[in-house]
Amino acid sequence: MFETVIGLEVHVQLNTKTKLFCSCPTSFNHKQNTNTCPTCLALPGALPVLNKEALKKSIMFGTAVGATVNKTSFFDRKSYFYPDSPSAYQITQLYTPIVEHGYLEIDFEGGGKKTIGINRAHIEADAGKNMHESDYSKVDLNRAGTPLLEIVSEPDMRSAEEAILYLKKLHSIVKYIDISDANMQEGSFRVDVNVSIRPKGDEKLYTRVEIKNINSFRFIQRAIELEVARQTEAWEDGVYESEIVQETRLFDQEKQETKSMRTKEEAADYRYFPEPDLLKVVVPEDMYKEAIVIPELPDEKKQRFMDEFGVSQYNASVLTSSLEMAQFFDIMMQEGISSKNAVTWLSVELQGRLKNGMTLTSSPVSAKQLGLLVKRIEDRTISGKAAKEVLDFLMTDNMDVDVAIDKLGLKQVSDLGAIEKIIDDVLSSNPDKVNEYKSGKDKLFGFFVGQAMKASKGSANPQTVNEMLKGKLNS
Amino acid sequence: MITLKEALTLDDNKISKLKEQLKKSIESDAQLNAYIDIQNVGDGVPIAIKDNIQVKEWSVTSGSNILQGYIAPYNATVITKLLQSGLSPFGRTNMDEFAMGSTTESSFYGKTLNPKNRDCVPGGSSGGSAAAVAAGLAVAALGSDTGGSIRQPAAFCGIVGMKPTYGRVSRYGLGAYASSLDQIGPITQNVEDAAILYDIISGYDTKDSTSANVRYKKVSNMLNPDRKLRIAVLPKYIKDASADVQKAYNDTVEALSKDGHTIVEKEMEDPKYDISAYYITATAEAATNLARYDGIRYGNQKTGNNLEELYVKTRSEGFGDEVKRRIMLGNFVLSSGYYDAYYVKAQKVRHLIKDNYAKIFKNVDLILSPVAPDTAYKFGALHNPLDMYLSDIYTISINLAGLPAISLPVANASNGMPIGLQLIANAFDEQTLFDGAMSLERLMGY
Ligand SMILES: [Zn+2]
Repeated sequence: MFETVIGLEVHVQLNTKTKLFCSCPTSFNHKQNTNTCPTCLALPGALPVLNKEALKKSIMFGTAVGATVNKTSFFDRKSYFYPDSPSAYQITQLYTPIVEHGYLEIDFEGGGKKTIGINRAHIEADAGKNMHESDYSKVDLNRAGTPLLEIVSEPDMRSAEEAILYLKKLHSIVKYIDISDANMQEGSFRVDVNVSIRPKGDEKLYTRVEIKNINSFRFIQRAIELEVARQTEAWEDGVYESEIVQETRLFDQEKQETKSMRTKEEAADYRYFPEPDLLKVVVPEDMYKEAIVIPELPDEKKQRFMDEFGVSQYNASVLTSSLEMAQFFDIMMQEGISSKNAVTWLSVELQGRLKNGMTLTSSPVSAKQLGLLVKRIEDRTISGKAAKEVLDFLMTDNMDVDVAIDKLGLKQVSDLGAIEKIIDDVLSSNPDKVNEYKSGKDKLFGFFVGQAMKASKGSANPQTVNEMLKGKLNS
Repeated sequence: MITLKEALTLDDNKISKLKEQLKKSIESDAQLNAYIDIQNVGDGVPIAIKDNIQVKEWSVTSGSNILQGYIAPYNATVITKLLQSGLSPFGRTNMDEFAMGSTTESSFYGKTLNPKNRDCVPGGSSGGSAAAVAAGLAVAALGSDTGGSIRQPAAFCGIVGMKPTYGRVSRYGLGAYASSLDQIGPITQNVEDAAILYDIISGYDTKDSTSANVRYKKVSNMLNPDRKLRIAVLPKYIKDASADVQKAYNDTVEALSKDGHTIVEKEMEDPKYDISAYYITATAEAATNLARYDGIRYGNQKTGNNLEELYVKTRSEGFGDEVKRRIMLGNFVLSSGYYDAYYVKAQKVRHLIKDNYAKIFKNVDLILSPVAPDTAYKFGALHNPLDMYLSDIYTISINLAGLPAISLPVANASNGMPIGLQLIANAFDEQTLFDGAMSLERLMGY
């Protein structure tokens, strides 16, 4: 029996306005090589100056994962030649990172929790991008110098499932505290996986294989499963020693396999040493005080939804799985509506209507308006059926819920006198049916409801009609 | 040549005449090779600029083939300060390639001659700046000092050169050799000019994280050569110097004593440790600082059939031997398995050197030291790199400790060449440094 040992390194791009060591903007999708300056181009004589915002966001992360924040940390140079690295060294933190010894908790779907250690998180500068053409390469340095927080877990995960739970939790934490856009497709949340196996019960760590840059949770899960299978097979075939070497492998999503990336980098000696252009980083006390006050974390929000709104554990997990949905829900609840209705109208009705790449963030119906719509059902202004019509209308025409209800003429008549008059009319013009009902033909009840609704042109509150009819017929 | 102090009183018309005249003189003595070329920015008093200080729109090449064709797109902070004070960058001066050398022989542009004796080196690496000032071809100049590169050429050429406290002058825009050691400083005809130019370029700069955020007080308007100071002398330490240098040193000590300064005998650590700590630290930093010269974004790219070939050809053909030697040395001391034995140990030694200076400065104001073991060498006299490294013994510990020092001529040797001595002050105590230097200048009447 084998046990899988997984450690994860996640490069999170910090969402600061400017780069880590210069004042160039970090914005995405600009014309190539326009967001550059002497510093991020590594021109002769240019020097780095640390972006304090990146430091603050790193401390926020440390706070979120219960880590030690080193109030004095250092930067180091990591040397390697590549065209996307203008100075041919990366400024990073090897010897004393800003954050050490944290943890986060993962929740298994069937219940149960596990604590995963976070070894460290350090600040470093991102590289630019190389684009390879047939017989030449182009270099875009817009990204060069963008701040990254590299978050290194302990090798605490024992399955692909645990790894994914860890990554999802980490992803939601950095989103909740707003230190990163954490968009895997755009590369602002990049995952490297370290995988090894060992006989169950064995304490030592065997050869670990690194799988780099996989850009979706699904592929990460698949890549781990494939790599574990490869290593297990090698062990069982007695070729573990020769086949499994410490190396970097790439996941090929088309062929569904990991393959060796044998480059000279593997043997690289990065020649780390303290960055002499930057003095030690001492966290100013006022910054520290600000940075340790962080927004509500996913687990805290989940607990609050359960305690305050009586949301079920399952629904609370679903709602807090994304910050956008949790925030949407929170705003809806400000209308004083029932959480059950809020969940249904958010996760079924609204999300079912979000098509063509629309998300909650770009939804034409705001959280406040959706909350109001639910409120109008609950205060019997409109029926549930009419509310769906209103929502359909609001998906294309942006206006206030109450205005839309008026415009569509869907307001229910809740005036008891008016309804009573309609019912009396229906009963007095159908005396024979009333007699049949009274002599035991219960089915006719539906007939009276239908007549009353018809007479009100659908605007009467069906529940009120029901209640009143029952009262009159059974008296 | 008119002094900087006097030149600062000239009107625009006279300054432009001075520049015309300077240009003519420089061109007529092309053989000296102090300047690489003459360009001018603005209409202020002309200041010669070492080829590693960025001047916007100038070709700035650090004396190297690898930067041929590079045009600087921005001004170094010191250049901005010169312009703000009504001074003009005027001509770029020759230097050892990437400031690595003590003779200015390693420049891509050929050697610079010593105006005092053209068979001799002007010293280095700021040899062009020193030769220009000494030959009357510059009012004043800027140099950079990583291990003596301002003070030693000033001594060899018989003029004044000053290295500020580390962090006093912004390094933004100085093509880096060794980041933790480099400082820009003035090379001038006299001590007062050095103080004036030093005042202009000093001060905290947010663009340089190693710049010291301390309040800056001007020194040039407070100069006081009559201050009586406690000056440390180093009788054992000077034994490695030539007889001429030792004699000049002892004469100077006697003169200072007679003038009313208090002389205190002190000792330094064996300078052989300075050499090791310095060359490990400087080359480690240099190896990484020069890694950016890869031919990808700017400079003198050599094409290859693939990326590796491009790198190898660009760097093999672009760098000279001394630069390559130091890059290799730097990469060696940082490589895995050697890092602790070399780099880490060198930093420990650096701390000891700093502590030792701190101890001495507990009860003295200044230290008097030779600048170089001898006067300017004949061309080719230093047969191997190690001889050259060893010739730095009196200057490098000051960079390792980050202290300010000023080199000024005190005598002529039997061969007729000038001998310079240096005063060293405590960190950020440039006022005392200049006061003492003015006193010594007046005393020795050189
Ligand atoms: Zn930039």
